[in-house]
Amino acid sequence: MTTLERLAVALRSGLGADRVISDRQELRTYECDGLAHYRVTPGLVVLPRDAAECARTVRACVEADVPFVARGSGTGLSGGALPHADGVLIVTSKMRAIVEVAPQDERAVVEPGVINLHVTHAATPAGYYYAPDPSSQQICSIGGNVAENSGGAHCLKYGFTVNHVIGAQIVTPDGDLVELGGRAPDTPGYDLLGAFVGSEGTLGIATRVTVRLTRLPESVRTLLAAFGTTDQAGAATSAIIAAGVVPAAVEMMDALAIEAAEAAVACGYPAGAGAVLIVELDGPLAEVEAQFEQVTALCEQNGAFELRIAADPAERALFWKGRKSAFAAVGRISPDYIVQDGVIPRTALPEVLHRIGEVSRAHGVRVANVFHAGDGNLHPLVLFDDGVPGQAERAEEVSGAIIDLCIEYGGSITGEHGVGMDKAKYMPRMFTADDLETMQLLRCAFDPAGLANPGKVFPTPRLCGEVPRRRKATEADPAELF
Amino acid sequence: MALWTAATQADTVGGVPARFVAAPASTAEAAEVLRAAADDDLAVVVRGGGSKLDWGLPPRRLDLIVDTRNLTGVVEHAAGDLIMVVRAGTPLAGLDLPGQQLALDPSLPGATIGGTVAANTSGPRRLAYGTVRDLLIGITVVRPGGMVARSGGKVVKNVAGYDLGKLFTGSYGTLGLITECAFRLHPRPAARALVVRTAPADRIGALLAAVRAEQVVPAAVEIDAPADGPVTLAVLVEGTPAGVRDRAATLCKALGAEETDELPPWWGAYPWARAGMKLTAPLSRVPDLLSCGVALRGSAGTGVLYADVPVDTAPAVVERLRATAIRAGGHGVVLTAPQHVRERIDMWGPVPGLELMRRVKDQFDPGHRFAPGRFVGGI
Repeated sequence: MTTLERLAVALRSGLGADRVISDRQELRTYECDGLAHYRVTPGLVVLPRDAAECARTVRACVEADVPFVARGSGTGLSGGALPHADGVLIVTSKMRAIVEVAPQDERAVVEPGVINLHVTHAATPAGYYYAPDPSSQQICSIGGNVAENSGGAHCLKYGFTVNHVIGAQIVTPDGDLVELGGRAPDTPGYDLLGAFVGSEGTLGIATRVTVRLTRLPESVRTLLAAFGTTDQAGAATSAIIAAGVVPAAVEMMDALAIEAAEAAVACGYPAGAGAVLIVELDGPLAEVEAQFEQVTALCEQNGAFELRIAADPAERALFWKGRKSAFAAVGRISPDYIVQDGVIPRTALPEVLHRIGEVSRAHGVRVANVFHAGDGNLHPLVLFDDGVPGQAERAEEVSGAIIDLCIEYGGSITGEHGVGMDKAKYMPRMFTADDLETMQLLRCAFDPAGLANPGKVFPTPRLCGEVPRRRKATEADPAELF
Repeated sequence: MALWTAATQADTVGGVPARFVAAPASTAEAAEVLRAAADDDLAVVVRGGGSKLDWGLPPRRLDLIVDTRNLTGVVEHAAGDLIMVVRAGTPLAGLDLPGQQLALDPSLPGATIGGTVAANTSGPRRLAYGTVRDLLIGITVVRPGGMVARSGGKVVKNVAGYDLGKLFTGSYGTLGLITECAFRLHPRPAARALVVRTAPADRIGALLAAVRAEQVVPAAVEIDAPADGPVTLAVLVEGTPAGVRDRAATLCKALGAEETDELPPWWGAYPWARAGMKLTAPLSRVPDLLSCGVALRGSAGTGVLYADVPVDTAPAVVERLRATAIRAGGHGVVLTAPQHVRERIDMWGPVPGLELMRRVKDQFDPGHRFAPGRFVGGI
């Protein structure tokens, strides 16, 4: 028997036969996450029902020296949940209990497989919601959100997953259950929870998550503004921020992205727009009214040729439908596409968009731009046809050039999709070897054996056995040297 | 030039005298100092404004104080991007950011950026803006061996790599020297108002719930509770002039309270004379912390209160306050106390995840030379 076969036997007898998948066909269901061009069939899939089973699975992996990868709903866009061919994929989809909703403490406690939007549904009757809202919120899991430190359209005002997770029970890469953070703020000791959120499954697996609930706003106003050019829309965004307004969201789409959205969901955006902005304000009624007037005026001053104000929740949903479906919609205008995720300082937006346009023209590759304009998080969609020889390579080049632009302008190689498998190669462009080595000290503290999601985030794994320490030659006894 | 000079009598940490003091003026100089300190196996404590040098435990050993007084100044303020990069020794109070703010309330006079990050202090407006961990977007540190490392960056939205800023926040100088921090900024609000109500301690729970029930989005919900007598509740709202007026009126009605423009003198100030604790609790259990017979003050709206611990009855009071906080679902940490009191109490209380924390310390500071013994579990 191979190691994996022995592991399968042990896990079946320990957890029950229905918790373990080793059939080749069934395993293939899990061969990729949302980044479907990377595919690896996992060696084994385990579906634990609770934290104890999850910990037992990890301990079994440790004893067998087999790597493991955690997976929530599998919607990640950086290949973070890409399985290991000789490893175990631990899928949290059976851990879907909402353990507690405590509006009096503004907290909810959930298992990692719980769908993001379901937390909001559970809290809404009490007047609360869960603020981080990635576009995939109808299917993505809280455990995956914690691993990726997921953002969303509204993180401009409300922050990311890390700002809303205040406690977690995790299975460490040793297989121990440990509590990080808690229900009250500022737990004594190092903020390991803060470091864990966004560590992309390389420091362990969250098995129970305590999140902050946010009061549903009294008022929400949504504006759709159409501009002739992305420069104008960018200038309007800068003007809004400069005026001291912090909108809940400022989203931009360019002409090609609008064309795709129209083709897919008929969102009815103004015809002839070179760019649209969706600006959303929320909060106390009087506050929102005052700021909305300001925002409307600033859009007009910066050349908006049409302004639509959502009259009701249905119209608001329609504004957002075009934006939230944009990634998938691009499938209507191009057989294949790469979704890029990079960040630039907001003020560099017009300049970087021109540079992206130049790169696009030089390579003969179309790029549709969708982005969280308020925080400079770009999602260029690089279009190509895999059926045409050479196009995929050219698209890859354009996609890489966009990342280089983000770095050149002092931004980041990823704003919310994570590094995962896909961007580990770019990490040395953003960080020095010393930076990366230092980050991996944390990895070595949690996972000295390197079994938790190996090969992700860091291009070169650090061997944890060698703790670097400067020593003077005189310090060591000669006997120790040999 | 010598990397450090001889210490004076004033150069002590928690009563432990240092032998040398270094005051590097750049990250590169700091790296040079720390490389040399590593070669000589010197125990190091980092000192900013010295406002919290009496926090935590005294170092087990101390040779070199690395003072950040020459690591000052704003490196970059990108107003349009609402970010700033600032050197660690820069005083937190008095940053000149026209129309904008780094939304961290200075809790002690003289506190620096680096000390605020390392001790993770926060003030009343943490309710609206969060704490250091929510505002710090990038960090430059020098490791105990002298290696310079950065994480994060200069953009707010960024998930590339581990967030070492989180790890260094509240690490009490035990992992390395912080030399530069990048922060997210916020616009300075156009208007603010404070709504104040004094009531018996047993009414405070209901009043806090009443604030939560209104759509007023407070920037701060603070209480000031003397050892005995009534408690003062003060709610701050910030925003546009029209919005603030409206929300303050709503609050006045809900609380039967008065509106004022003036912050009370106790606003954001620690309540202790010589020994102080930080107590935390989930929101609905904050009232449990009241009526403990000691003066309390702090952010009732986020579940963080500070206590004045009477020195003569300290061990018993610390245990009682800590037990109350733990029963409520929170923690009780002694931030500062005279040395003879420290010797008789547990400063930190139970620390979940301590084993992992020790492993983190071993990785970053294998020689245990940085602030040894100052932190949880003897780290």
